[in-house]
Amino acid sequence: MIRLLLLLPFIGLMIVPFYNIREPLLFGFPFFYWYQLAWVPLTSLLTYIVYRSMRRAD
Amino acid sequence: MLTNVDSAAFAVFLALFTLVTGMGFVASRWRKPETLAHLDEWGLGGRKFGTWITWFLVGGDFYTAYTVIAVPALVYAVGAYGFFALPYTIIVYPFVFAVMPVLWKVAKERGYVTAGDVVRGAYGSRGLELAVAVTGVLATMPYIALQLIGMEVAIKALGLSGEVPLILAFLVLALYTYSSGLRAPALIAFVKDIMIYIVVIAAIAIVPSKLGGYGAIFTAADAAFAAKGAGGILLSPAQIVPYASLALGSALAAFMYPHTLTGIFASSGGNTIRKNAMLLPAYTLLLGLLALLGYMGHAAGLKLASNNDVVPELFKTLFPSWFAGFAFAAIAIGALVPAAVMSIGAANLFTRNFWKVWVDPKVTPAGEAKVAKITSMLVKVGALLAILLMPTQFALDLQLLGGLWILQTLPALVFGLYLNWFSSRALLAGWAVGLAGGSWLAWSDGLKPLHGIDFGAGKVAIYTGLLALALNIVVAVVVNVVLKGLPQARVPREAA
Repeated sequence: MIRLLLLLPFIGLMIVPFYNIREPLLFGFPFFYWYQLAWVPLTSLLTYIVYRSMRRAD
Repeated sequence: MLTNVDSAAFAVFLALFTLVTGMGFVASRWRKPETLAHLDEWGLGGRKFGTWITWFLVGGDFYTAYTVIAVPALVYAVGAYGFFALPYTIIVYPFVFAVMPVLWKVAKERGYVTAGDVVRGAYGSRGLELAVAVTGVLATMPYIALQLIGMEVAIKALGLSGEVPLILAFLVLALYTYSSGLRAPALIAFVKDIMIYIVVIAAIAIVPSKLGGYGAIFTAADAAFAAKGAGGILLSPAQIVPYASLALGSALAAFMYPHTLTGIFASSGGNTIRKNAMLLPAYTLLLGLLALLGYMGHAAGLKLASNNDVVPELFKTLFPSWFAGFAFAAIAIGALVPAAVMSIGAANLFTRNFWKVWVDPKVTPAGEAKVAKITSMLVKVGALLAILLMPTQFALDLQLLGGLWILQTLPALVFGLYLNWFSSRALLAGWAVGLAGGSWLAWSDGLKPLHGIDFGAGKVAIYTGLLALALNIVVAVVVNVVLKGLPQARVPREAA
């Protein structure tokens, strides 16, 4: 079940109308940009969680 | 040939290029095998690359020199829409994490070197094997040509004119790839990636301070698009589906290419690949920030002859000349790694799935390595001639079609890892219809990657490759049902 976490990046990034907005800004970056950039470390983290659970399962 | 050349920039460029060339030749002795005269060694580096080497190699080979030039150029030209490369290179990794270790295991256990080998092993079909191999080679050729375009932009930015520098650089590349195989780009990737990181980090740290900060950069870009009346720093409603479908389709296609698969097969194991799926997004972060150079071009008020000049011009305008030389060297060397791996991937396909099958079935492992070495040479010469003799747009159009084509090999390559239901004839039919139908759609749309479809509420444009993949899968399922009946209609053998 924990593998389903791998689907979250797809969902988070395919809902384009949700993040195609300017506000709120972060360090001068419109939401559109920092939201997508934030998915980079988030995806790594989710993948790490799945990886950890697999090693326990082995 | 040497007019308008800045000597500091040129000296830095030449020194780095010489260093990398030396490394390319020395690489044949790096992690030295018993013999290089075997495709597992020449073409896959012995399948022993651990986490770090794989990280540098796949990073160096997936985020190409052309990316460094073209993504900021697209963002400069159209704005937010050019950012689809970011979601694309994020969602690709969960896919890699889930699928590629399975593929690696099959390849390792049975000694497969290419996607064609995997397909033949799964379905025992020479036809499907050939289809996958031909698609891989055809899709890769224009991709190599694109790397040459990236290198050309860097060489031109340095002030060198004429085609001689490009030809020389490419000949050197062809020679050390011939002698060292995959070890050459793997070793050079260390230098290339570190240089690109330095360049991009310097750009994103220093440029904004010269242009008044990120807020000012976005404001300037917004104003430039408003003045032009096209593009914008947010997507227009009509761009939303194209943006999402291009990201998804590109992500599914990315690891079907021979060069990315070569990186996967060359790694030392499933966990190496899984760890890389966690670590490779570091390059994606870099790419996202790099894309912003397009907006910095607007903020710096650059006047460009071509959109592709935005990155070189930015470095020339805002940095001392020696650092500009360093940046151009990073881009040119950045073209060598993917071009080498692509030519090796294409050569492996030709050797294993064409030469060995149709020309010389009794070829020895040493003979295979020999054929692959010569093929890798020919593939690069072909790409060079294509760039020198044909208009650049031709390579770009072919590259676009190549992405669409390679995506059509996904069902044949991936479905068999999980399902035992599809027959080779059904997959071949799906491949043929997807390839022909997709190419025809792209052609009739004037070689644009998007096709408009009317769902009843007005036309929506979708990435044509994804439409072709849907068609491919539907045809494969229908043909398979006709040939074998529905999956649930299958009765267990004991009961029959």
